[in-house]
Amino acid sequence: MTAGSRIRAILIKEFIQLRRDRLTFGMMVGIPIMQLILFGFAINTDPKQLPTAIIAPNPNAYTRDILAGMRNSDYFRFEKDAVTEAEAREGLQRGELSFVVTFPADFGRDLVRGQRPQLLIEADATDPSAASNAVGAFNRIVDDALRDDLVGPMAQEKRGRPAVDVVVHRLYNPEGITRYNIVPGLLGVILTMTMTLMTAISLTREAERGTMENLLAMPVKPVEVMIGKIAPYIGIGFVQVTIILLAAYFVFGVPMMGSFVALFVGLTAFIATNLALGYTFSTIARSQMQAMQMTFFFFLPSILLSGFMFPFLGMPQWAQWIGSVLPLTHFLRIVRGTLLKASDLWDILPNLWPILLIFTVVSTIALLRYRKTLD
Amino acid sequence: MNGEVNAIEAVDLTKRFGEKTVVDHVSLEVKQGEIVGFLGPNGSGKTTTIRMLTGLLTPDSGTGSCLGFDIVREADQIKRNIGYMTQRFSFYEDLSIRENLEFVARLYSLTPMKDYVDRTLERLGLVSRQKQLAGQLSGGWKQRLALAACIMHEPRLLMLDEPTAGVDPQARREFWDQIHQLADEGLTVLVSTHYMDEAERCHRIVYISYGKVVARGTVEEVIADSGLTTWVIRGVANGALAEELRRQPGVEQVAQFGTTLHVVGSDAVALRATVDRYAGRPGLEIAPGETSLEDVFIRLMSQHGEARQ
Repeated sequence: MTAGSRIRAILIKEFIQLRRDRLTFGMMVGIPIMQLILFGFAINTDPKQLPTAIIAPNPNAYTRDILAGMRNSDYFRFEKDAVTEAEAREGLQRGELSFVVTFPADFGRDLVRGQRPQLLIEADATDPSAASNAVGAFNRIVDDALRDDLVGPMAQEKRGRPAVDVVVHRLYNPEGITRYNIVPGLLGVILTMTMTLMTAISLTREAERGTMENLLAMPVKPVEVMIGKIAPYIGIGFVQVTIILLAAYFVFGVPMMGSFVALFVGLTAFIATNLALGYTFSTIARSQMQAMQMTFFFFLPSILLSGFMFPFLGMPQWAQWIGSVLPLTHFLRIVRGTLLKASDLWDILPNLWPILLIFTVVSTIALLRYRKTLD
Repeated sequence: MNGEVNAIEAVDLTKRFGEKTVVDHVSLEVKQGEIVGFLGPNGSGKTTTIRMLTGLLTPDSGTGSCLGFDIVREADQIKRNIGYMTQRFSFYEDLSIRENLEFVARLYSLTPMKDYVDRTLERLGLVSRQKQLAGQLSGGWKQRLALAACIMHEPRLLMLDEPTAGVDPQARREFWDQIHQLADEGLTVLVSTHYMDEAERCHRIVYISYGKVVARGTVEEVIADSGLTTWVIRGVANGALAEELRRQPGVEQVAQFGTTLHVVGSDAVALRATVDRYAGRPGLEIAPGETSLEDVFIRLMSQHGEARQ
């Protein structure tokens, strides 16, 4: 019986402590809800509504039928009706477009003559799984779309060979190797986890060990504390980067096509942003434990909604909005762009400024939250 | 800095945490070069008052200045010009003594840093231990490190919050010798404590209870102001006699020290009458005694609130 009462003593104490630690309690409730929503609604392994540009110099009934078929298939969402080749190329490069479909100028004429015109679909294959279903469906969509058009003298085209020769170009990752996508992504994921955690405990540790009061009593400004606490980890971050990039190149054979300057700039911004974010957590959390929980709470959507695990463009709009607030989302585009798509500094700009914006907002919050007094 | 300006001037400082008023209209004046003892039971508001004076807490009302700098508007200057030793050891346990001091020297932009650190190590006898990690030090050495760190930048005002809590008597004595030496050099010191012998080493004391100042002055003044008289009973004095005495008219406190009883009361006539009744008992030796500061504080504590937490 005494063992029972001792167990009860510990049990009751644990309950009291758990009840007082509201954040932990919130996490226990919040994490399952978040997981359910993210996995249940946001994540889609068969991504639909992927942004597509069409190059159709001479639109006619046949091209319109094919476009209608594509639209009805739900896989493709047309961003712009008519674009130039250069615009389409840039869109793919920046990750704003998943597909470019090019109709040759003589498409209609050749089709009518039964000359099997070529229809080119270029896919951003950096993430092979994102593109494969849509590409796989494309042949059938074209056939179905033309079935009703090919009547009378053209009916013969329905038999035997397809009327259109669909050419698929998987850009940036022609063999569809998954690790080309995963390994650069891991760079971002690892940095998100380690960098955020490092600074998340930095201020709470001072508070828990009692050194915070002394720090406050000495003539040091909040921004000086922040820079001093963040800067060393930028160096540590680059140690991690070196290890991962060496392994990516030598072990996994990931191509490194783009500008190293662009990659370096992107990395510096990304690492600093994660560190600032962690530091902000530590100005909010009241214990190291809470800071770690907050980091975890942030890490989960970063992995799921950034496009690391699941295709970003295949998520519903609201999930893409949430994803756009996460630095990892933008960094993944930068790292995949610079390694696989030969991006330069100019190409990464659309993804660099959101990271810098997040950095500015987060740092401002941290400096406002940093208590100069013990009030 | 004008020599006549008080090192600390505080008028009606008040601080509330939620419903509770922790510091209630505390006024304080500390002249330059003085050692002032800040006394009071646990939770009486000593730490909160000191934190307000150092700019670490913002008072809800009242004004104050340290070394002529306003405690709200000029907290940055205060931080640069005073030394503050926190109640809890607040240096880095995973840094050595020297590394801790170097950290502080850099924060205060002391150059050449090495000279400042060396001089401070020398001064507090920390040279031989400078490579030891702060976490491995005993209470007395930790406190010495803390004092070293807060006087290195040569402040003109030192605020020490229960600096000798948990420190052995010899280390305490050495510590106080240090404080007096610093005061001789012109440093002003405000030190909070609840050790009576330490209070007696201060030039002046301020006693605070439940957030209010209830006594101030030199030790002699505070004792005299209390109006207490004390009798010492020697001999076969024991717990039973002490209990009995407590119930007698005029007796307010009975404290037992070995076989000696100190009987204290504020009504001198009634106390005298009571003591006289015991004078005839065999084996008891009764003589007038000196009221100690401790007796005064026990009385102040019981007067200003029975329900101490």
